Amino acid sequence: MSAEDTLLYLDGVSVSFDGFRALNNLSLVMMPGEMRAIIGPNGAGKTTMMDVITGKTRPDHGTILFEGATDLTRLREASIANLGIGRKFQRPTVFEPHTVWDNLELALKAPRRPLKTLTYAIGRDDKARIEEILEITRLSPKRDRLAGSLSHGEKQWLEIGMLLAQEPKLLLVDEPVAGMTDAETEQTAELLCGIAGKHSVIVVEHDMSFVRALGVKVTVLAEGSVLAEGSLDAVSANSQVIDTYLGR
Amino acid sequence: MLTRFFLMGLDRKAGVVLTILALLAVLVPVMTLLVPADSPFHMSVFTVSLLGKYLCFALLALALDLVWGYVGILSLGHAAFFALGGYAMGMYLMRQIGPRGVYGNPVLPDFMVFLNWTELPWYWLGFDQFWFAALMVLAVPGALAFAFGWFAFRSRVTGVYLSIITQALTFALLLAFFRNDMGFGGNNGLTDFKEILGADIQAPGTRVGLFVATVVALALSYMIASGIIASKLGKVLVAVRDTEGRVRFLGYDTESYKLFAWTLSACMAGVAGALYVPQVGIINPSEFAPASSIEAVIWVAVGGRGTLAGAILGAVLVNFGKSYFTGALPELWLFALGGLFVAVTLFLPKGLLGLGAQLAAKLPGNRAGNKSVPGGKTADQKGM
Amino acid sequence: MRRALRWFMACWLMAVCVVAATSTAALAADLRPLVQALGTGGYAGTEKALAQLSEAGDPAAVPVIEALQAGDLYVRKADGAVVVARKAGADFALTDPLSGADLGPAASGAVDKVKVNNALRRAISASLGALTLMSPDAAVRRSAADAVFKSRDASALDTLNAALAKETDSGVRRAMEQARAAVILTAGASDPDTQAAVATLAGRGDRDALALLTMVAASGASDAAKSAAAAAVASVEQKLAFWAALQNLWYGLSLGSVLLLAAIGLAVTFGVMGVINMAHGEMVMIGAYTTFLVQELFRAHAPGLFDLSILVALPAAFLVAGGVGIAIERSVIRWLYGRPLETLLATWGLSLALQQAVRSIFGPSNREVGAPSWMSGAFELGGLTITYGRLWIVIFAFAVFATLLVALKRTWFGLSIRAVTQNRPMANAMGIRTARVDALTFGLGSGIAGLAGVALSQIDNVSPNLGQGYIIDSFMVVVFGGVGNLWGTLVGALTLGTLNKFLEPYAGAVLGKILVLIFIILFIQRRPRGLFALKGRAVEA
Ligand SMILES: Nc1ncnc2c1ncn2[C@@H]1O[C@H](COP(=O)(O)OP(=O)(O)OP(=O)(O)O)[C@@H](O)[C@H]1O
Ligand SMILES: [Mg+2]
Repeated sequence: MSAEDTLLYLDGVSVSFDGFRALNNLSLVMMPGEMRAIIGPNGAGKTTMMDVITGKTRPDHGTILFEGATDLTRLREASIANLGIGRKFQRPTVFEPHTVWDNLELALKAPRRPLKTLTYAIGRDDKARIEEILEITRLSPKRDRLAGSLSHGEKQWLEIGMLLAQEPKLLLVDEPVAGMTDAETEQTAELLCGIAGKHSVIVVEHDMSFVRALGVKVTVLAEGSVLAEGSLDAVSANSQVIDTYLGR
Repeated sequence: MLTRFFLMGLDRKAGVVLTILALLAVLVPVMTLLVPADSPFHMSVFTVSLLGKYLCFALLALALDLVWGYVGILSLGHAAFFALGGYAMGMYLMRQIGPRGVYGNPVLPDFMVFLNWTELPWYWLGFDQFWFAALMVLAVPGALAFAFGWFAFRSRVTGVYLSIITQALTFALLLAFFRNDMGFGGNNGLTDFKEILGADIQAPGTRVGLFVATVVALALSYMIASGIIASKLGKVLVAVRDTEGRVRFLGYDTESYKLFAWTLSACMAGVAGALYVPQVGIINPSEFAPASSIEAVIWVAVGGRGTLAGAILGAVLVNFGKSYFTGALPELWLFALGGLFVAVTLFLPKGLLGLGAQLAAKLPGNRAGNKSVPGGKTADQKGM
Repeated sequence: MRRALRWFMACWLMAVCVVAATSTAALAADLRPLVQALGTGGYAGTEKALAQLSEAGDPAAVPVIEALQAGDLYVRKADGAVVVARKAGADFALTDPLSGADLGPAASGAVDKVKVNNALRRAISASLGALTLMSPDAAVRRSAADAVFKSRDASALDTLNAALAKETDSGVRRAMEQARAAVILTAGASDPDTQAAVATLAGRGDRDALALLTMVAASGASDAAKSAAAAAVASVEQKLAFWAALQNLWYGLSLGSVLLLAAIGLAVTFGVMGVINMAHGEMVMIGAYTTFLVQELFRAHAPGLFDLSILVALPAAFLVAGGVGIAIERSVIRWLYGRPLETLLATWGLSLALQQAVRSIFGPSNREVGAPSWMSGAFELGGLTITYGRLWIVIFAFAVFATLLVALKRTWFGLSIRAVTQNRPMANAMGIRTARVDALTFGLGSGIAGLAGVALSQIDNVSPNLGQGYIIDSFMVVVFGGVGNLWGTLVGALTLGTLNKFLEPYAGAVLGKILVLIFIILFIQRRPRGLFALKGRAVEA
């Protein structure tokens, strides 16, 4: 497959920490509008893969291309984010001293240069967009609460909301439903499915019912490389996957 | 647009601060120049200069609070920017002395004649013009801060490391300015000024004028700072302070945000130094001492970090205390100052202004207040 | 100078007389007839007696001959005794030439001068040179040779040659050969001799040799000799440069070990615990004042044991500074863990208070801390001059470093410290009492600072500001070396110390220091976590 019409193209990516190979010759391809679920045991390198894509960690080897042309391994985090790659962290990280509203306002797609933010005045469209996201994430009643005072699940929602506000082309979502109720898990699945199509999404999750609810292609990572790829049913039947991850 | 920017920062606190400053700008000249000397409401020129000095420190504290309180950069070298601004102004004042120096050289300041220099060093050129000196008051500290910050922030030097190298910076400057061949008067610094903008620097009118200029500079800086804090840029800065990594993933180039605040803060400190020098009549290398920078930090901490108004309050209170102690009980001043450092960090982490909020936060059902007052990470605190 | 020497010799003789009268009397008795003979028989008689005196080879004769040379030797007319006479007002004051005993005054008419002519003068300096150059004591011969090297007195050449022929000690022999070469080069000699002398001096290779060789290279000697001298000058200069570099290295090592001592405690509190202790310098100061107090006790109660005071001061300073450290940790720092910037401010406040406290108790001026005898003086090693004080500090710094390293690696306490450093909650869960470990670690770091204070009291002024001078440097060392790594501290201290000393000759002390600071600032930009950085998620968090 040529890299040209892909959205994200990882080839032979390796990362090691003090001799420990967190990613080992990892290759992965995402098409525009695609949604992909990534599963794998603890320490498989799922988060590290996101670190490498978003510029948090530099790979030792390998190619990472965005939209077939931009080499992500050379860019800094902020530039990568501005290309249209948004990320939700495994441990929810929101701006605790700011209100829910301000968190969303900061995430909202808008010019990012200092002088532009200095003179930024929120317009009607932006307001409407934030209201909409508050509705989706059901944080409307808490809009003026400080993010630091939210519960764990609420912070998850807020971070998903911030991801939506960014309107990225590619969303990297690390364990979005940890700490959510079953009903919320379902809603999150719906939400992500709604986004896919317009945007591409990579979801990392251990919750199998959630992955099933997404109903998308699944990639299984283990020890830093791809173990299996395909529909959830197909990979669930893979004996290697059963051994290393699902268990018998 | 500019008015909108200034209006944005005008909350109740700003109203109080600006009102007080406006009152000072009106009352002090009246009490000094118009009220007769035998009236109990008369203010001596000495007191005016003392107040002016406090307000210069307040401006330095304000500048420091901007970077420490809102961006989390604890600068242990802000006095360096203050002193550089001071030296720029001092160089202008030196050149105004003209042939009235002890050696009567029309161009060279006395200390250069004393060192047998025959020519003015190139970096002294232009300082006979006020506009040039005023430009340098902003440009020199600003350029140094920009260069330093550009390197430091790009390399992601943060936290304690950043603090320590800011200290190294001011220490290096201290050593450099002590050297005679730097051409800044060495140990003795610059002094014996005669006039500023053609006015006798000792005259009561000039003193009052300098005081009013200080008040105006402080008010203006306060408005700029609070305008910035209230803007979206200010929100980015606060976000950078607590979770810089996260802000990057939103696409903000955090380095340039820090650089913006840092450079602006250095310029403000430079202005403070420039106003300080004509009012105290001298600038010498001891202003670069790391201890002066750290003392400025405690002013901010006393008043309340991340509150702007607190920085002003803290600077004035601590310096008032210092004047009192060093006059009445010189032995005790360092104990008092040392105790203040410990007491404020242990018992008043949010400063005097934060005290009210802190008490309110202790009341049940008011959790929100807890995290609202800036103070950096509280997550991994132990013990308390 | 010579007079002083003579008087010294006389006094010495007198002292010896008192202590061991019999042996001295015996020795003096042997010489006395010869001394007496100096005053009889005119020039010829004097010359004969002089030859016999120098053959006797007894250094006790030296002052007598020197008196003769100076024209102070007289014969007392009353009894014909040979005496030393010096003008005292109108009269002479007489002393015994051998014992130096006072023989009372004499009118100028009562004594006759022992006269000296030119031939005799030569004989006198020859026999003086011979008496010392041929002395049975190698040290005396050696210093005589060195004296000739300095004086380059051509008249000593014959004696020197004679002495060389008999000399067996290789060290003294070399000194004599060098003296001879110096004399030859100064006086001028045949071409081969000059060239041989040049070679000898090139072998000596110090600044004195360089001066002589440079003179030859510029003199009217033959071209061959001149070019040999020029080559020798070049080689000596190279050698000197080498030694100078080595000396600089030593100074660097010495400064580096001082930095290491000051920084190593900080490496424990900052590196291991993450606590910024701005009062660290004051712990050093407390150590220095403890040394002062211990020495005062010794001075008052056991002055004879003063040399041991430092050895007592070491544990005392460790305990006092460590105790203060633990008190600080328990009262202030433990409330501030995880807030490094607040810790920095609080400990700065403590440092101000501690300084003022010491100033109030001991006064603002410097306190006198003495050096034990085994720490004073210096010795030469090749072209190096090494003072014992510095040498001991270097040794001490490395000893402290090694001990700390072993303690952290091998002991249960060290293991606990590392466990707490790496994962505090986990260590807590495993039953390590983290609070106690914290207190003891801080105490350890402070105690080491106290030890540094003992060492620094030997080379720096013991004043309330002592600590301030080291705090910034110590931080630079730790940050440069990499936090949390003792080896980094070692390398950091030595690198910065050496860098400083190598910059000093070119840039001057102050500018050198500024350059080092700038270097560190730039270095931190390239490696924000220092030379030996820890990696991993734990650090980033
Ligand atoms: N900065 C780092 N320093 C050292 N080791 C690291 C670092 N980042 C990741 N690792 C190691 O790389 C491995 C992969 O980590 P990663 O977080 O990617 O796993 P994961 O698949 O996300 O696991 P989980 O399902 O538990 O979130 C782990 O063993 C981790 O310890
Ligand atoms: Mg993970």
